Amino acid sequence: MVKDQEFLKSKASYCLDLAKKMGATDASVTVGHSISETVNFRNKSLEASDRSDGLALSIETYLGKRRSSISSSNLLDENIKTLVEKCFETTKITPEDEFNSLPDKNLLAKQISSLNLYDETRFENDKKIKYLKDLEESASSNNQIINTESSFTENKSNFILANSDGFCDGYKTSSFAASCVAVAKDENSMERDYEFSSKRHLSDIKQATDLGNKAAKQTIRKLSPKKIGSEKINIIFDKRISKGMLSVFASAISASAIARGTSFLRDKIDQQVFADSINVIDKPDIIKGMGSQNFDSEGVNSNTLQLIENGILKNYLVDTYNGKKLNLKSNGRSGGTTNLYFEKGNISYQDLIKKDSRSLYITETIGHGSNIVTGDYSVGATGFLVEDGEFKYPVNEITIAGNFKDMFKNIILANDLEFEYSVNSPTMMIEGMTVAGK
Amino acid sequence: MSNFFNKSDLTRQDADKIVSETLNNCDDGELYLEESKSESILLDDNKIKNSNYSSDLGFGFRAISNEVVAYSYSNEISKDSLKNSSENLKSTLKSIKGTYNHEIPKSNKKFYEDINPIEQKTLDSKLEVLNKVNDFLRKKDGSVKQVTASFAGEQKSIEIIRSGGEALTDVRPLIRFNVSVMLEKNGRKETGVYGIGGRQSYDDYLKNDNWKNVCEEAFRIASVNLESKPAPAGEMKVVLGPGWPAILIHEAIGHGLEGDFNRKKTSAFHDLMGEKVASEGVTIVDDGTIDNRRGSLTIDDEGTPTERTVLIENGILKNFMQDRHNARLMNTRSTGSGRRENYRHIVLPRMRNTMMLSGNQTQDEMIKSVDKGIFAVSFGGGQVDITSGKFVFNCTEAYEINNGKIGSPIKGATLIGDGPSILKEVSMVGNDMMLDPGIGTCGKAGQGVPVGVAQPSILIDKMTVGGTKL
Repeated sequence: MVKDQEFLKSKASYCLDLAKKMGATDASVTVGHSISETVNFRNKSLEASDRSDGLALSIETYLGKRRSSISSSNLLDENIKTLVEKCFETTKITPEDEFNSLPDKNLLAKQISSLNLYDETRFENDKKIKYLKDLEESASSNNQIINTESSFTENKSNFILANSDGFCDGYKTSSFAASCVAVAKDENSMERDYEFSSKRHLSDIKQATDLGNKAAKQTIRKLSPKKIGSEKINIIFDKRISKGMLSVFASAISASAIARGTSFLRDKIDQQVFADSINVIDKPDIIKGMGSQNFDSEGVNSNTLQLIENGILKNYLVDTYNGKKLNLKSNGRSGGTTNLYFEKGNISYQDLIKKDSRSLYITETIGHGSNIVTGDYSVGATGFLVEDGEFKYPVNEITIAGNFKDMFKNIILANDLEFEYSVNSPTMMIEGMTVAGK
Repeated sequence: MSNFFNKSDLTRQDADKIVSETLNNCDDGELYLEESKSESILLDDNKIKNSNYSSDLGFGFRAISNEVVAYSYSNEISKDSLKNSSENLKSTLKSIKGTYNHEIPKSNKKFYEDINPIEQKTLDSKLEVLNKVNDFLRKKDGSVKQVTASFAGEQKSIEIIRSGGEALTDVRPLIRFNVSVMLEKNGRKETGVYGIGGRQSYDDYLKNDNWKNVCEEAFRIASVNLESKPAPAGEMKVVLGPGWPAILIHEAIGHGLEGDFNRKKTSAFHDLMGEKVASEGVTIVDDGTIDNRRGSLTIDDEGTPTERTVLIENGILKNFMQDRHNARLMNTRSTGSGRRENYRHIVLPRMRNTMMLSGNQTQDEMIKSVDKGIFAVSFGGGQVDITSGKFVFNCTEAYEINNGKIGSPIKGATLIGDGPSILKEVSMVGNDMMLDPGIGTCGKAGQGVPVGVAQPSILIDKMTVGGTKL
């Protein structure tokens, strides 16, 4: 069983009391406990089981404007004492930073509403095994599939965040995740693809057979790929790739990147950065949402933020420290976005695919080719050549490149938004990107 | 060396007993105990932003029978906790029986010293170096708009207890020093990053104002990029500089030669043993035995002494990298490549220091031979799809080559290639093999481990460059 609130609270207040006694002017502490159990299958039989049970503690002590932090997994009182001592000793010799402080008291979360983020259901390993058997049975039903690997993970966590201004709160969360990676082979090639499902509640996880079938189907259709020539072409990003554009956008508008001047979106508030049909929203209070939270990692209340309104940048993601630097109030985004999404567009998936006589549909990208400073983008890609709305053949060993400043202004979104993950996007088309191939 | 048995009610005798009893009917497995201490100190935006110290302690208990691996970890080292883990392992493996393999090779060689780099130098003296870095770079040129510099230090003590009571230990120091500088000129911003590190004390790396060289290099890379033009798009010849660009070898070849992917036949290399996979003259080794290198290990995380494993010899595929589990299932021996990020993770076969050895041509000859292509000097990260064999990496410093001469610098572009065929496109191997500066971290299955790479300059006849200029 995951440790209860009382246990975590007692550890947290022990830390805060010690820090105060030693002379810290302020302190904040997070104590968490997490239990997770994973079962892995390969080719329809059990391959591994993995159980993890982990406590984690992190402490920050302040002496005026001096601050340092320490973290540990050892929660024995004696060890905590040594850690707090070491942390405070370090604080004393760390230089002052005028922006260091606990969050403003009036911004701290006051009322915690239930977002239904915890499902206490125990899914015993035997049941995980049954699920994975069914999954792999359906994934390997086509004889072009030569290998399947799948896993089921169940996680239960609890935490308490407390600071010397009297904030002390936390809550349990759970997650269940099933995934399947399939390998298919024909005379020309061997290809891999995947499908997964991750939810707060067990009952929302995709059916095992559906998940297996989808993984197999997505893998088989990649067989015998061709390389295409280098050209300018409109690119359609599958949902699992288009949501990545939002993640890049989120790191470019984090207050830390803005304050440091290392973002291509610096000084762009109230300016057009996306096509004017685009709206981007970060909503922390979605019931059962994978990214939902009652408060951020500093205890600051987080409300829904409209980040992009009709293409115009309206807000950065602000935490206390960088907010003070930028003269902005924290908007409860220490730790990043919550449930981030593009509002759906007004063209159907089918119409988007048919929009051009010839386009490239991307299902996977590899590499770390996003530069937040310059906005340059260049990654390896695999996908399909689409002609007149039909998938003609799979394509690989190509790269796609552009600059986010231009790409963001040329986005067209389909109307197929679904709330599956903590970042969600409809299918996306970006016009005029460069493909490098033969 | 950590003593794991003075922390709670768990004695060594208890541990030996529980381990032996749990692993009795298994093919392999061990109790892995780990204590790590680490610090990171960051200067950013003219200030010491963060000094963080962390200590971590825990165990991972593994039992293997046939193809099934059962694993359980906890950060509470106690009799109860170990017994719980034991029960958990037994319940997974209840119907599978094995015969424990007690054999594990021994060696007295050590490739780094038992030191704690964090304690060897005071926090004050580290802060002083970071402040010097900041002042030095900001005074150097008016275009410097942002400086980030950091130290990271770690000491990890491990003990492996096998069935029958055999115990193997290692103490591993690791440090890293990194500088990132952002320049702004005529409204354009570019970053340059450089770092050094290894299994050593900070002093060894920072003596004689060595930190200045790191600053100069980061500044030089950023300055080059300020002048960069859009990169070309399409297939062309690529000359790779020596040292760090060997992450091409790591991505293109290395991952595909790890034992697990080949046992499962999901690697594009699984049926190529003994075949020609590279041009003649190409020899690649994976070596865990180089003194003080980031990827070196005295013993791996299963207790096997590391070695220098020849992967490709003169173009022919010779060996895969193995941990004990995959080696047993493939009827071969461990190459000392079993690694894990920490006690929370299972062991996987991983790279250590992956190196292409020198040939006898010069970089000059390579550049002169190219009509149209690019010269890539430094890279950011890379990634590979093991199954299709396609891999990418991102240039952070590269130039055009026109008619045998190095031209303008080009913007960061991704290069993409095909692992099993790329080394057949290598037409020249340089005489200038160089080790990387000690900065690599390799990710696999969510686990990051420190690695090294090395190579001489090489000429690749055909690779796709992912620029924007058609």
